[in-house]
Amino acid sequence: MKSSVIIFPGSNCDRDMDVALKKFGFDNQMVWHNDVKIPKSDLIVLPGGFSYGDYLRCGSIAGKSRIIKSVIDFANSGGLVLGICNGFQILTETGLLPGILQQNKYLNFICKNVFVKIKNKENKYFKKIKKEVLELHIAHNEGNYFCSNDELKSIEDNNQIAVTYCDHEGNDDEKNNPNGALKNIAGIFNKDKNILGMMPHPERMIDPFLSGEDGSLFFENLIESL
Amino acid sequence: MIEVNEKIAIEHGLKSDEYKKICNLLKRTPNITELGIFSAMWNEHCSYKSSRKHLKKLHTKGNQVIQGPGENAGVVDIEDDDAIVFKIESHNHPSFIEPYQGAATGVGGIMRDVFTMGARPIANLNSIHFGSPDHEKTRNLLRGVVKGIGGYGNCIGVPTIAGQTCFDESYNGNILVNAMTLGLVNKNKIFYSKAAGINKPVIYVGSKTGRDGIHGASMASAIFDDKIEEKKPTVQVGDPFTEKLLLEACLELMAGKSIISIQDMGAAGLTSSSIEMASKGDLGIEIDLTKVPCREENMTPYEIMLSESQERMLIVLEEGKENEAKKIFDKWNLDFAVIGKTTSSKNIELFFKNEKVAEIPIDFLADNAPMYDRKWIKTKLPKENNFSKEQFKSLKLGDCLKKILIDPNIADKEWIWDQYDHTVMGDTIQKPGGNAGVVRVHGTNKAVAASVDSSATYCHAHPLTGGKQVVCESWRNMISVGAKPIAITNCLNFGNPEKEKNMGEFVECVEGITEASKYLNYPVVSGNVSFYNETKDKGIKPTPSIGGIGLLSNYKEMMTMELKNEGNYLLVIGKTEGHLDQSVFARNILSEFNGPPPEVNLFNEKQNGMSVLNLKNKNLIETCHDVSLGGILTAISKMGIRSGRGVKLFPLESLVNKFEYFFGEDQGRYIIEIKPENLENVENMLKKDSIHLDKLGLVEGNKITLENDLKLSIDDIKEDYKNWLKEYMVN
Repeated sequence: MKSSVIIFPGSNCDRDMDVALKKFGFDNQMVWHNDVKIPKSDLIVLPGGFSYGDYLRCGSIAGKSRIIKSVIDFANSGGLVLGICNGFQILTETGLLPGILQQNKYLNFICKNVFVKIKNKENKYFKKIKKEVLELHIAHNEGNYFCSNDELKSIEDNNQIAVTYCDHEGNDDEKNNPNGALKNIAGIFNKDKNILGMMPHPERMIDPFLSGEDGSLFFENLIESL
Repeated sequence: MIEVNEKIAIEHGLKSDEYKKICNLLKRTPNITELGIFSAMWNEHCSYKSSRKHLKKLHTKGNQVIQGPGENAGVVDIEDDDAIVFKIESHNHPSFIEPYQGAATGVGGIMRDVFTMGARPIANLNSIHFGSPDHEKTRNLLRGVVKGIGGYGNCIGVPTIAGQTCFDESYNGNILVNAMTLGLVNKNKIFYSKAAGINKPVIYVGSKTGRDGIHGASMASAIFDDKIEEKKPTVQVGDPFTEKLLLEACLELMAGKSIISIQDMGAAGLTSSSIEMASKGDLGIEIDLTKVPCREENMTPYEIMLSESQERMLIVLEEGKENEAKKIFDKWNLDFAVIGKTTSSKNIELFFKNEKVAEIPIDFLADNAPMYDRKWIKTKLPKENNFSKEQFKSLKLGDCLKKILIDPNIADKEWIWDQYDHTVMGDTIQKPGGNAGVVRVHGTNKAVAASVDSSATYCHAHPLTGGKQVVCESWRNMISVGAKPIAITNCLNFGNPEKEKNMGEFVECVEGITEASKYLNYPVVSGNVSFYNETKDKGIKPTPSIGGIGLLSNYKEMMTMELKNEGNYLLVIGKTEGHLDQSVFARNILSEFNGPPPEVNLFNEKQNGMSVLNLKNKNLIETCHDVSLGGILTAISKMGIRSGRGVKLFPLESLVNKFEYFFGEDQGRYIIEIKPENLENVENMLKKDSIHLDKLGLVEGNKITLENDLKLSIDDIKEDYKNWLKEYMVN
């Protein structure tokens, strides 16, 4: 399976993603933002970080970058596109995913382990994961998901919510919402479920000596489902 | 052009006789640009004029040392051709004036020092000191500093793995922000700042030069008064995104063979970087300031030379490699300009619009910089307090413990480190809040441990003992995670060196540091000095911060402080005499602020530490935590809180009274958890080495209990301990 990780100036989780993809069997390549073409891939990943410094609005410049047209074409032709953290923000900026990511409710950067509940397994990203709740890691300042009522209705009608913040038992209520995200949304799909954007970083949870190992389940499933 | 005279020199922070010395050396009056350069090079921050004499005494050698003090950062060998580049540096003065930018650029500056040497930064740490929590400025300063540290480090993508936060009213008018970075480099590919060869191109890369930070280094060498707010324009503004690009571009260029020497533009910007490179190479340097990329219009030579705009580097390249290098910086969208060349003149010569605007022999600026042998006085060891039985009579262990756990210097700091990305790069195996932060050496079985410590209270009471104690505490932190201590970096934060008392504190702390680091073979390889931490005649307590690093040859053998299993034994290694003077207990419960700090016995310190490592190597330790502020009971509470497990304490065998035993801050102690089946073996091994041990108790249930004296549920103490800072910050 071939994957491509796009490096924007300011990306900083690109290496971590590369390590994770290779660990679980992907033949991964790194693609520079100024390139026009993406090599043949089964999966494209937009990694975390601060693309172009994120000074204007998170992901906004990356959303207009040279490489992004190829990403959009790939996604529109049904290719798998995964955006983690800043990658999620970029995907909302391109319009491939609905909604936006605002600054966290308590205005602070948050770096900690969280639990997320898998809301939809009818897709390649979560299909064979046996658990219902995963322990993942977040590290962001702008992860507070928001969208209009109409968009929310459409997201819900189309089962586009991928994961929600919850406790270890799967209660995805306000008490377990770290950043103020609407409906505790931690990740969403497009309608066709080939595009996934999520704030938590599975690539930081692939080793018992790190924050945990549930990220491994995510990548194991991904390579199996492809 | 401004006419230079003594008054203007004094406004630049120079003393009257220093100005005279300049005129004598030059045999003429300097012009304003030259005066600016002298003032930048001769201030305390750049010249170490008050400290140089004493810093020479530091213990800086060891088998593992590749580069000691004097370079951008220190370098130590961690085997297999890997080396760690590391340093701690202060950014105190700017952080008080503008906490966000001050702290952010402190982090940016120290990371540049590390990647200038060819190392990729792998971990950040910090030591931050604030005034009393009740002081009106503390909350906002803390918020700003934490956001600044996070804002910069998070964006670059280097994990902040450990740190230290202290509160004390002596910092009300002068907070401390000390930032530390560790980088990883192949020991055969280290880059230095020493220029070599004549007519080599001098290259400027990175951000453009603006008017920010002009005279930052002079500001950092002055005491504060009421007009401090006016100094805001001397604080630099950070751009972590550009630094990230600069980091990647420099490492890309360093992979080739075109760099002769490289130096970041830190304090005193282009002035100190160009002079340092030339001085170390015993060369001259010629710069055409017209070619320096500027952000603002009509900048004068004076402004260009003294700007402290961030994210800039100066490189001496091999001839003919300019295009190759330029390509890399173009790729990363960074400015690249050939601004001059090395010369044989041994002078710095500056040109602007085809006119020579300054010429100074380099050795006037470097070797001839003033060096003072300032007067200092010794601090006598204070008399011990004799606490009477009456003082303890009405006290209850549980009440005391609860109060100590919410002491601002002890309470949990999660509110702070949750705002730092501590897991990026995927190698953080011990997060903030433990004995030390630990990161793996990427792709190997090795790991590096790091921590920062200071104990201003002890140093204030007796600087010599305090200096020793901080080094020992750092050493203990390394041992507690199972790492072999390697080396330290020190950030020496003190008051006004022109005052005999402050100067004495400095001299004696350095002496203490030297004695301990020599005995423990824990050399100092880098650091900096920050004097003049004084506002309106009130100086800070002497605060040397020690950043230590250690090596784990197998990261899987790392120790943590979480209690592991019901029924395991807890032992205290090292003797408890019950020293309460200067302890949190004495200050917080007994309101006693005088007395000597706990004695540091270097022999015991080393023996006890080595015995812990020995037991760990034989796989006999389940958990380890060093005993520091707040004594044994505070230590086991933290171990319990982190794991949700309780401890049943055994009745005291010691003759020491229970408050002294449980809250005393004697040095050289560790608490270890061991399996019952290993108890006899461990006891025998320790006895053989004449190491003192106490059987403290058993891991049991979810309460801390001691017969009829103490019964506290972990959940109960956890809540207060965890919430103090969070609640403080929202109020």
